[in-house]
Amino acid sequence: MDKILEVKGLSQVYGKGCDLCFASTGPEFETNICPHCGSIVALHDLSFDLYKGEILGIMGESGSGKSTAVKCLYFDQMPVSGSALFFDDSGQKPLFKLNPAQRRSLRNHRFGMVYQNPNLGLNFDISAGGNIAERLLMSQVMNYSEIRERARELLARTEVLTERMDELPKNFSGGMQQRVQIAKALATRPPLLLLDEVTTGLDLSVQAKILDLILEIQSELNTAMIVVTHDLGVIRLLAGRTLVMKYGRVIERGLTDQILEDPQHAYTQQLVASAL
Amino acid sequence: MTSKALLRVENLSKTFFLHEQNKVIPSSSQVNLTVYSGKLTALIGPTGAGKSSVLKSIYRTYLPSSGRLLYETAAGVTLDLALALEHQILELRREEIGFVTQFLHTLPRQKTLDVVAMPLYRQGVGKLEGRARAAELLAELNIPERLWEVPPATFSGGEKQRVNLARGLIASPRLLLLDEPTASLDAKTTDRVVDLIQRKKQQGVGMLAIFHHADLVKRMADEVVELSVPVVSA
Ligand SMILES: Nc1ncnc2c1ncn2[C@@H]1O[C@H](COP(=O)(O)OP(=O)(O)OP(=O)(O)O)[C@@H](O)[C@H]1O
Ligand SMILES: [Mg+2]
Ligand SMILES: [Zn+2]
Repeated sequence: MDKILEVKGLSQVYGKGCDLCFASTGPEFETNICPHCGSIVALHDLSFDLYKGEILGIMGESGSGKSTAVKCLYFDQMPVSGSALFFDDSGQKPLFKLNPAQRRSLRNHRFGMVYQNPNLGLNFDISAGGNIAERLLMSQVMNYSEIRERARELLARTEVLTERMDELPKNFSGGMQQRVQIAKALATRPPLLLLDEVTTGLDLSVQAKILDLILEIQSELNTAMIVVTHDLGVIRLLAGRTLVMKYGRVIERGLTDQILEDPQHAYTQQLVASAL
Repeated sequence: MTSKALLRVENLSKTFFLHEQNKVIPSSSQVNLTVYSGKLTALIGPTGAGKSSVLKSIYRTYLPSSGRLLYETAAGVTLDLALALEHQILELRREEIGFVTQFLHTLPRQKTLDVVAMPLYRQGVGKLEGRARAAELLAELNIPERLWEVPPATFSGGEKQRVNLARGLIASPRLLLLDEPTASLDAKTTDRVVDLIQRKKQQGVGMLAIFHHADLVKRMADEVVELSVPVVSA
């Protein structure tokens, strides 16, 4: 099996930070706020490997740093420390050492992101089809009708009524917005997909469709994915391995069925017990 | 013909530590057993003896607390499953080790044929061939054809169990773990399952199984290992 991503010691602090930030936050202090300088340690020392076609789950309560992790990997923000190596077909790329043009290129061609908040992933001022076209325009040379055809295909694939492709996504339901986001993320057939709470807040039947779609994509395109969620059911169905986070730290990691059936850490035991 | 030892379990113990109650719960203790290619080892013992825990420890759904689980891989390497890396375990699950449990977790919309063919898809087999092989197996296990294109969510316990069994057998793993594979089946269907399992044995699959009925142990087991309930230390 081939590695696609190797993350080492990723940390993120919001605020000016001080020397004591890391040593005075985390699960044992039951806070992610540094008592000395008031900064938020959103993420500390996150490390993991991801293989081609693998789905890694990241779970943890609200504020544990899950979204921060994927946002760093998608270049929405720069971490304060740590490294991430992306193994692309054309060679290894150290994500946080790339120049802005290189980063943009990875974002547009090689990574796909579905945000927890559709506001961040979609441009609400242009149509659903336009959102996808925008991503295609950035990545390849295609004429207008080709782009439109491909956008239609993607929306059909994600079960968005193609008659609505010219409507603004702000008029869509949450489930539809998520599916437009997925279609947009998939437009360039990226080998790495980051999914942040894709099913949260949606009806069970819509959730089911989205989960199916994600697994179909994985088996068809061998896409590697990082699935962030606090829903244990989603983790069970999608992820082979799982990281459990609390106050910005990974407190437990393992095969997903093991995390759910034989959790080792007190916090994970509590999470699993309360989900039953 | 002597068959090869495929899996040697040495002094396996499994305990759970429940933080909330600050309590240690012993589940299996000092288990020793061997599984041979082409043979079936049956695990017997009273409830609470930790039979399912042994299977789950081998599959690494549980983290073994102590002992060695020496597995001979297809590549000829001896691997201690207790220590193997997560990616190694995932690969073994995909290619070599199958587990038929009492529960079926499936995607809500996935059709039965695809549920059963899934292990083949994971190995890169195409949809057409995968579904054809799944159909064959479902027919053999007496699952009515009208159910094949429906998700198994609404099936009866016995139907779900056979879907699970079909999925476990389809890829012919080298080692198959079976947890009460016939528990909710009638006599006639049980006979079909027994036939199928015997045939898999002849094809060289090594099995470790828990049966709910002594009669089934007699019919199918080549080796029998008896577990007793672990003693709780005060
Ligand atoms: N831009 C920001 N500025 C300041 N603090 C932030 C910022 N983004 C996130 N945080 C803080 O960082 C911590 C981690 O946030 P993050 O969004 O990564 O959590 P999460 O695990 O995704 O939570 P949720 O499950 O609620 O989505 C939280 O304490 C959050 O309030
Ligand atoms: Mg979040
Ligand atoms: Zn500080």
